[in-house]
Formats: sequence, C-alpha cells, structure tokens
Amino acid sequence: MIFSQLGKGLIVSVEIFILTLVFSMPLGLLVSFGRMSKNIVIRTIMKVYISIMRGTPLMLQLIVVYFAPYYVLGMKISSAYRFIAVIIGFAVNYAAYFAEIYRGGIESMPKGQYEAAQVLGYGKTQTFWKIILPQVIKRILPAVTNEIITLVKDTSLAFVIAVAEMFTIAKQIAAAQASIFPLMIAGAYYFIFNLVVALVMEYAEKKCNYYR
Amino acid sequence: MENKNLQENNPMENKSLQETNPMENINLLEINHMRKQFGNLEVLKDISLNVKKGEVVSIIGPSGSGKSTLLRCATLLERMDGGDLIYLGEAVCRDENGESKYVSKKELKKFHRYFGLVFQNFNLFPHFSVMKNIIDAPVSVAGVPKKEAEQTARKLLKQLGLEDKADAYPYQLSGGQQQRVSIARALALKPQILFFDEPTSALDPELTAEVLKVIKQLAKEHMTMIIVTHEMNFAREVSDKIIFMEDGVIQQQGTPQEIFQSPNERVREFIGKLSD
Ligand SMILES: Nc1ncnc2c1ncn2[C@@H]1O[C@H](COP(=O)(O)OP(=O)(O)OP(=O)(O)O)[C@@H](O)[C@H]1O
Ligand SMILES: [Mg+2]
Repeated sequence: MIFSQLGKGLIVSVEIFILTLVFSMPLGLLVSFGRMSKNIVIRTIMKVYISIMRGTPLMLQLIVVYFAPYYVLGMKISSAYRFIAVIIGFAVNYAAYFAEIYRGGIESMPKGQYEAAQVLGYGKTQTFWKIILPQVIKRILPAVTNEIITLVKDTSLAFVIAVAEMFTIAKQIAAAQASIFPLMIAGAYYFIFNLVVALVMEYAEKKCNYYR
Repeated sequence: MENKNLQENNPMENKSLQETNPMENINLLEINHMRKQFGNLEVLKDISLNVKKGEVVSIIGPSGSGKSTLLRCATLLERMDGGDLIYLGEAVCRDENGESKYVSKKELKKFHRYFGLVFQNFNLFPHFSVMKNIIDAPVSVAGVPKKEAEQTARKLLKQLGLEDKADAYPYQLSGGQQQRVSIARALALKPQILFFDEPTSALDPELTAEVLKVIKQLAKEHMTMIIVTHEMNFAREVSDKIIFMEDGVIQQQGTPQEIFQSPNERVREFIGKLSD
C-alpha cells in the first residue's frame, strides 16, 4: 500500500525534523553567544562557521558529514550511521541559521532593559534568562517559523545519503510504478505536515501576544 | 518651603518607606573628586558631593554637562576613572594615585541594595505585569518571600495611586502611570537612596504633574533622593540642595534660595531660561 509505505517514510521525516530542532536550537544559542563574544578568536571562528554553513548547499554538507569518517579517518561506515549523519548535518546547518536569528533578536533589545535589571541587582545570567530571552523569543518567532517551515521541506534532502524518509520512498515507488501519483501523495503529506507546524507556531505567537 | 520647615520639627512622622537609622547625620553618599572620560572627552572633572540621610538634592544644568554620567557612575552603570564613591561609609571605589580602585566584583553586588534608579524612559519589563515588575527583584534577587513582597507591592501601589493596576501590563498604562510603577519597582527594594534621571522628560505636562506629586510625597516622607531635572519650580520646592553642573564641574551648589538668587550669571541665565 502506497499510503502506509509513505506513512513510514513520513515518520522518518518527522524524526529528522524533531531531532534537528532539538539539537540545532540550543546549539544555535551557543553559536550566537560565540558570534557575539568579546573574544576575537571565538567570534571569528563562529563567523567563518556560519558563513560556510550558509554559503554551501545543505545537500553537499550532508554528503560530507556522511563520507568524512571514511575518507578522512579511514573508518568503516555502518548503515546506522546514515541516520546519525543526517541529524548531525541538519543540526549543524540549522544551528548556523538559528544563531543569526537569535543574534538579531538579542542585539535588537534596548540597552535600558539590561541597565534596569543591573540596577535592580539581577546578575548577568538572571538578566538573560528572565528579562532578555523571553522578549527575544517574541521578537524572533516569525523568523523562526520561517526557518522551521523550510526545515520540513529540507528533510527530503536526506535522500542524498539514502535515508528512507518520505521523499526517498515516494521516488522509489514512483519509479517502480511509472506513476507520479506517489509523489503527489507525498506532496500532500508535506503540506499537511507544514499546516500542523504553522498552526503550532501560530499558537505560540498568540501565547506571546499578551504584551507588546 | 513652609511645609519643609514643618517637617523638620517632626522629622520621623512617616517612616513607611525608610527604616530608622541611629546615625542621623551619616553621609549616605559621598563622592570625592569623581572623574570620568569617554575616550578623549572629559565628561566629569573633579565632582565632589555629599548627601545626608533624608536630603533631597536636585541636579540641574545644560545638556551634555554630565548629569546622567554622574548618576550612571553613582549607580555602577558606568565605571569612574578617578575619585572615591562611598555609600554609608563603605567604599565602592577609592582613589589611588589618581585612579579609582574598585572593590571586587563580588563585593560590588551588595551595593545594589543601597540605591535605586528611576530612568527617563521607565525601562519597565514589558513582559511582566505591574505586580511582577515590582516583586520580581525583591523575590528573585533579594530573597524576600513572595507573600511579603506582594504585600509591600500592594502598599506601594496604593500610595502611588495605582491600586487597580496590579495585573495590567506596562503597554496598557499611560506614561505617567508607567513612571509611577517604575518608582514603585525601585522602592520595593527599600533603597537608602533613590536617583532620578529626568523622570518627567518623556511625559506630557499633565502626566509630569502626577509624577512630580509622587516625588514630593516621597520627599515629605524623608526619602533620600538625588534628582536630575529640568523642572525648576519643582526643584526649588522639593530640594534641600540644588547643584548646578556645567562642563563636567559643579559650578555652584546651595539651598534653592542661594541658587535662584545666584550671583553667578550663567546660573541665573540657565534658570531664567527654564522657569516661567
Ligand atoms: N557612553 C558614552 N560614550 C561616549 N560619550 C558619552 C557617553 N555617554 C555620554 N557621553 C558624552 O558625555 C557628555 C555628557 O553626557 P551626559 O549624558 O552625562 O549629559 P547630561 O548632562 O545628562 O545631558 P542631558 O541633559 O542632555 O541628558 C556628552 O557630551 C555625551 O555625548
Ligand atoms: Mg542626561
């Protein structure tokens, strides 16, 4: 059955999606701190990292992550590593994009918020988590939503290293049956997937709308 | 002026905002030879200033004379380059060979308990309700139990005429209300001394009046305050001492009467321009 086969592929796509977010969103925060660091070495490394991630195709990055252990380190590549490579590739790539979004949000915060917190006696850490970050999240939510929706579609890139996510499977069935019907079903699945994501993000934005 | 004298006869009639201090004449704040420069620009040159408990000091002077910088150095938002800064006899920094030597970072923390600062543009936390704006620092910085902090906050809100605004968010308030909340937020930490940097400059005249009224009330209650302001009539009415700053130095300081009848041409000219 096409639907159930595609359904299995969809589950893999959802796994890639969720794991990528789980790893890239916090990693992006660290990268953005590095990018804003007073230490010029750290700052430059992060700048270079971000520009490579944004300046080369994600597809190529996935291939590099997958084959590097073999070509660089001479290690044998197990088949389980395919999926891990996809998660590493996606997380490292999306972290760079999230980092720039976070940085934009953090740098847009008025200085007065930091100063008010400092005079009231908040420490640096408390100020960031209690005062700055909640406001930054509200500011960057639209940009993050864009990124997340792009990610839903990007999961299909995992086909380059033959991870059996939905698009890979749809293509295989389509080739076997000489029909584009499976690809159209896959398209519908992606669309529904994104609809759900958009609804969740809309809800999150509403939650943040209790203040201006 | 008259009501000021009345109070001196009965100095402790309202203690709600301050604790009694056995050492009545102690300097809450002592600044000696404060210097500050940004790059090559010398913004503060040798500022010395003492503030006693219960005193209200106004700082006036033209734009760019260094009034905000003085307040920012005193509230540790800016590091001074030379001179001493001393709260209640405890030094934040002391001058050593013309350079301010600060105490360690850890020791610096405790000085935040001594003062509060009210900003020109309020700087309330927009994602916190009015109540949370007021209680969050006492609870999560000073360790006051939440119940107690809320009680204090309600009392303050009532005093400042905001009892029905506890659950509102800053964006739902007028500028004058926001500024009163920010005053409540500062008072909730029970500071010994409260600084104001042009607290009414962002407000319309009617809203200015309601904020000035609150500050006058605090003065009646013997809150120690240092107020940078362009409101000459207010400064005259509320201050024990007025400081006129220009070009990073204190040109003259004295009682309102001394300042308003100053022999110094520049001072008279400045006051004349701003009072009507
Ligand atoms: N962070 C800074 N970096 C460089 N220069 C600064 C900085 N802060 C203030 N200055 C300069 O220091 C001088 C004094 O500024 P300050 O804000 O203390 O003046 P002010 O008396 O408060 O003026 P106003 O009445 O306009 O508020 C100005 O020339 C200002 O440009
Ligand atoms: Mg100023």
